Amino acid sequence: MWKFLLPFAAFVALVVLFAFGLNPSRDIHALPSPLIGKPAPEFALTDVLDPSRVVSNATLKGQVYVLNVWGTWCVACRQEHEALLAIAQQHVVPIIGLDYMDEREKAKQWLTQLGNPYNAVAFDTDGRTAIDWGVYGAPETYLVDGKGRVIFKFITPMTAEVWQHEFLPRIAAARREGA
Amino acid sequence: MSVQAHLRLSAFALLLACGAFAHSQSAGSLDANGQLENPALQARFERITKELRCLVCQNESIADSNVELASDLRRQVREMLIAGRSDDAIFKFMTDRYGEFVRFGPPLSAKTLLIWGAPFIALLLGVFIIYRVARNRSRQPLDE
Amino acid sequence: MAPELGIFALILAFILSLSQAFFGLTGAWRGKPVWMAVARPAVTGQFVFVVMAFSCLVYSFVNNDFSVLYVARNSNSQLPLFYKVAALWGAHEGSLLLWILILSIWSVAVAAFSRALPLTFSSRVLGVMGLISAGFMLFTLWTSSPFLRLIPAAQDGADLNPVLQDFALAIHPPMLYTGYVGFSVAFAFACAAMLEGRLDQNWAKWTRPWTIFAWLFQTIGIALGSWWAYYELGWGGWWFWDPVENASFMPWLAGTALIHSLSVTEKRGIFKSWTLLLAIFAFSLSLVGTFLVRSGVLVSVHSFATDPTRGLYILAFLVLTIGGSLTLYAWRAPKLYAAGGFELFSREFFLLVNNVILAAVAALVLWGTLSPLVYELLGVGKISVGPPVFAVMFLVPMLPLMVFMAIGMHSAWRRGKLTATAKPLWWLAGAAVLLSASIQGLVFGELHWLGLIGFSFGFWIIFSALLEPLRRLRQKQTLTAALLGMCIAHLGVGMFAIGASGVESYKIEKDVSLKPGGSFRIAGYDFKFLSAANVRGPNYDAVQAEVQVTRGGKAVTLLEPQKRHFWVQQTSNSKAAISVNWARDLFVAMGDPLGDNAWSMRIQYKPLVRYIWLGAIVMALGGLIAATDRRYRVKVPAAAQRLATPPDPNAELGSA
Repeated sequence: MWKFLLPFAAFVALVVLFAFGLNPSRDIHALPSPLIGKPAPEFALTDVLDPSRVVSNATLKGQVYVLNVWGTWCVACRQEHEALLAIAQQHVVPIIGLDYMDEREKAKQWLTQLGNPYNAVAFDTDGRTAIDWGVYGAPETYLVDGKGRVIFKFITPMTAEVWQHEFLPRIAAARREGA
Repeated sequence: MSVQAHLRLSAFALLLACGAFAHSQSAGSLDANGQLENPALQARFERITKELRCLVCQNESIADSNVELASDLRRQVREMLIAGRSDDAIFKFMTDRYGEFVRFGPPLSAKTLLIWGAPFIALLLGVFIIYRVARNRSRQPLDE
Repeated sequence: MAPELGIFALILAFILSLSQAFFGLTGAWRGKPVWMAVARPAVTGQFVFVVMAFSCLVYSFVNNDFSVLYVARNSNSQLPLFYKVAALWGAHEGSLLLWILILSIWSVAVAAFSRALPLTFSSRVLGVMGLISAGFMLFTLWTSSPFLRLIPAAQDGADLNPVLQDFALAIHPPMLYTGYVGFSVAFAFACAAMLEGRLDQNWAKWTRPWTIFAWLFQTIGIALGSWWAYYELGWGGWWFWDPVENASFMPWLAGTALIHSLSVTEKRGIFKSWTLLLAIFAFSLSLVGTFLVRSGVLVSVHSFATDPTRGLYILAFLVLTIGGSLTLYAWRAPKLYAAGGFELFSREFFLLVNNVILAAVAALVLWGTLSPLVYELLGVGKISVGPPVFAVMFLVPMLPLMVFMAIGMHSAWRRGKLTATAKPLWWLAGAAVLLSASIQGLVFGELHWLGLIGFSFGFWIIFSALLEPLRRLRQKQTLTAALLGMCIAHLGVGMFAIGASGVESYKIEKDVSLKPGGSFRIAGYDFKFLSAANVRGPNYDAVQAEVQVTRGGKAVTLLEPQKRHFWVQQTSNSKAAISVNWARDLFVAMGDPLGDNAWSMRIQYKPLVRYIWLGAIVMALGGLIAATDRRYRVKVPAAAQRLATPPDPNAELGSA
């Protein structure tokens, strides 16, 4: 009587599903970015430190670079700051900051007190650039290749390990492809 | 107010960090009550913002959420409506940036066939089961 | 002292529930009356110690003992006393203790009212319930003790989340858990029947009142949660299809189906294996809901703090209880088939349709809730399943069900012939459609398809539910409690249909900005913002707005919504002001200040929304009346009979 085994079989499937759901490395809030493989949205915003200067990713064409979204209100951004400073020391790729939903004075203070890992920091006053990039929190870190395409998006705080295992191999691959 | 999406949210309490709605202020084409001057546009605005998921508090619509991202997105929707963009164009703008997850109802596609089709599959299956059981029982004697 | 005493009491209760399980189950298996006799006192003892543990935690809350970690995290010295007690179930650990307390109350009730049942059967029931109790107690002691100390003690507590400081939410968990946990009784009855290898019509008669009681508490619990979300969250929605809500709705659907299939099994002795399966499902879905809410596998508006150990424990517990019972089912159910015919459109046929549809809705809601996880597992990517999808999943099966409900109430057992009372049903259907259309046209001035269908079905069901009681009243015939309860419960369904479709068709929600003196009109009502002033509550400051509502120049009401700022958690929370009458709610909630004394406000007109919750209360009332029917009062037989087998030897497996 196979049909009396059906409920049990369905339950086994449910248990497999739940076990998968409990996987600790799963982040239920993570969203795959539809931007992957697509051209990076362009922006031209003022520099946090110097409002008269323009920060634009148009000048980075042909280069592999990293865009890091942060804000002084964001506790997790404070967590990743040391890691970002260390990564900046390696001078592998330019790191562009996107200061999101923030106040300029606070951001300046943050960068002077904690150190500035960024080659340039764009100030997103009204959140429009963030919308274009599909930002929904902070910190978020994007990797853009030499052809100007977004090739990777990482959410949650950056660490040396993540840089080592997720970013460096992709940067190397992007450079090989670009060369 | 802070965007907490990427933080491990504080434990030990029901997570209702994402409180009630708020109002975004945005200039242009709004009347004294913050409504779009064109009632037809306002109606579309209300419908579209209910249909879009706030990605910070993922089970709230951007119409109901008070986080800044939701308010920025409401402004975006409003501006696109004023600019004369169609509903589809607005939804496409959002899904291009945030993915299809941003819509509460996923568009019908091969991938979502099992979601949208499920009620009809269930209905057919139900009719089949009722037919089988009822036919079977109607052939049995009525009295114990 | 209190928390240590609490742990000690809980450990004793755990040991007692283990002995309840052991002696109840093995005693029945080995046929040892002395062993079986242990089960009942063990239940009483377990109950006493659980009450003691619970009281210890209440004591710590009431006395502001912030050396108890759980109290320090969920209470505060400024919190009003009522919420100090309610804060006990405001988070994971304490709510588990509440769950355990309610389970032990159900156990004591079963122990008290099962004396008339065969001893082996009642022992098995108590044994299974003991296993469930032990499982939850071990869970609490191992991973989620609310009695842990905080050293050094906190100066003051972190406070109860302000949105939980509310009357409806304070009583919502006890009601809902009483329902969730109450399905464990039907589950235990099912397991006992499978262990006995015997399932007869008496079994259905014993199980049905317990199921109805659990169901009615759950109905009220769900309604309270919906009502709370409506006014407290400030959005004015009454159902969001959030995983937490679905977790409570799925066992309710299975429970509703179970009540109906039990009536077939009780009357005709058929559908036995299906009834068993539903009894297993109702409680299993409660457990699955617990897992979903407490493990953090799904994104939800409100979920408990998550911890992988807890998730794993509940999963293991699911495997043991659900897996165990379904294994037992696969082994025993095939032999339960009982012959018994019925015609098309007989009572059995309508109840079959009811069961298939309710099971389909439960399955669809489960699928909708879990499909994002399934898609993620299969690596197809993130999928969004929100209210538009659930609306289709709910309405496609439910609309036909309402037609079957209106007619089915007048069907006869065995024969496909409606009773004579049903004669006016056909013209009443026409009257319902006409009434609905005229209400739509005259009151709302706009025809809306969902409203028209919902109103028509709703009125038709109400008319149909009234037919039989009215006829009996007129002819001075008696009305059994079971029949009256059924009619009232179905009347509640009709009210719900009218309320839900009415509010969804004709609601108006406007987010507006208002300056003092400014006003806004919706649905003919003028909402005038007079002023805003600071007021002070027991543990919060608030800005209170005065909103004068008039209609055609005539004063309707003065609404005073508040934007509260709670001192301890430094969080703000909008308290809506609602004017209620029989036809509509007027709803104002404050948003943010816009400067210049202007405020953003959400103003809403919610026609008929009250009938949603009123309908649920009427459904529960119907259940209560039906459960008091005389046939469910099991007479206590002579002591000598207790050990005897049930009166129906033909009910032995395979021979029926």
